[in-house]
Amino acid sequence: MSDCCLRGENLHLWRGDRHVLRGVDFSVARGECLQVAGSNGTGKTSLLRTLSGLMYPEEGRVLWQGKDVRGDLLGFQADMAYIGHEPPLKADLTPRENLRYWIGIRWPISRDEEEKALQRVGAQTWSNRPVRTLSAGQKRRVALAGLALMTVPLWLLDEPTTNLDTEGQRLVGSLIEEHLARGGLVVAAIHHDLSVSATAVRRLELARE
Amino acid sequence: MDRRDLIGGSRDVRTGGRALTPALAAARLTLVRDLRLAFRKRGQLVQPLVFFAIVTTLFPLAVSPELSRLRDIAPGVLWVAALLSSLLALEFLFRDDAHDGTLEQYALSGQSLTWLLFAKTVAHWLLTGLPLAVMAPLAGLSLGVPAAAIPGIVASVAVGSVALSLIGSVGAALTLAVKRSGALLSLLTLPLAMPVLIFGARATELAIKGGDFSAPLQLLAALAVLGITLAPLATAAAVRINLE
Repeated sequence: MSDCCLRGENLHLWRGDRHVLRGVDFSVARGECLQVAGSNGTGKTSLLRTLSGLMYPEEGRVLWQGKDVRGDLLGFQADMAYIGHEPPLKADLTPRENLRYWIGIRWPISRDEEEKALQRVGAQTWSNRPVRTLSAGQKRRVALAGLALMTVPLWLLDEPTTNLDTEGQRLVGSLIEEHLARGGLVVAAIHHDLSVSATAVRRLELARE
Repeated sequence: MDRRDLIGGSRDVRTGGRALTPALAAARLTLVRDLRLAFRKRGQLVQPLVFFAIVTTLFPLAVSPELSRLRDIAPGVLWVAALLSSLLALEFLFRDDAHDGTLEQYALSGQSLTWLLFAKTVAHWLLTGLPLAVMAPLAGLSLGVPAAAIPGIVASVAVGSVALSLIGSVGAALTLAVKRSGALLSLLTLPLAMPVLIFGARATELAIKGGDFSAPLQLLAALAVLGITLAPLATAAAVRINLE
């Protein structure tokens, strides 16, 4: 087996009558971050959703550690964290309750870890308020706290810095850097440059049809 | 966090030395969370129950308040009202989760989607079916039902509503992507719910007349068991399709 861990082979995806992904090929090894770039509507989100297993590509396949992910989808998804456009939070629960559930259905987390993650994103003062009352940037920070608790090898991040201030964007950068240093993999759809040391980052440019 | 080798041989090493939450524990968490959410949104919670109470109390006013006549229509009124109010609550079953992206996270959690959605359906039953079964005797009394019939009514509504919730969960999952899904949802769900309505009303009728209602009750139970066996699988498949 090669060192390559996540691999997309000749991925083609159609949405209705639009040919969104046209033969995308890439590979990401451990400790590497793949930055998916491209203007709006070039299929960055579609690519991430295809990688996560939510969407089925019409052609091509996704390989995880040399095996087609369709063979053992649950096993692959247990190795993966996906954070989409919208932070997956319940408006009527507090950030704390949200984390407890969101991470808890994957593996048990201790109060201590939860506390640390909330502190890391600067959420101590508002961690007991309903998410409904939080700003978009604060919600994004709660999602990042969730990400910090995701000790899985593969992170798929769709625009992780949306709505964040500069400090928050640096936080995303440092979370990604730590993850890469642990031997993790990151695929991130992001417009501007990540504040991550450039050697570990590779770019995949998606072109408009 | 320490530098851990995330990608090792066994699952334990890969998840940073952690065992995954067992499927049943994840389902229990889902159930508890849904109940907690429901109690934070009480308006949504009481809506079907209020509907049930209104419909059943309007009948004695509209039809003549003669007890023998009310008693004749009571099974039909109770069951049609129960069916419609459980339908009313169905629309909310997966809709919020689909909107805020949490449904996506269930599907990607590495847990069995079938169990998680089954837990949500159980929560739905606890919040609509069970209260309906508790309210049915009160509604029955306003329709002139004798007190002796109450155990039969409670049993039939409790068991029948299990089947209704499960049938409804398939419909709710199939219509996830449809905006204003109410009409389509009832069109999909009502034909499948007919057997529940027929046997439920029959059991109630027999209970009111003081007869043996065990045969229709057993048929209701059979429908509920069939629902528990098959509906969660269909629901999970439908949700996966809608997430694509």
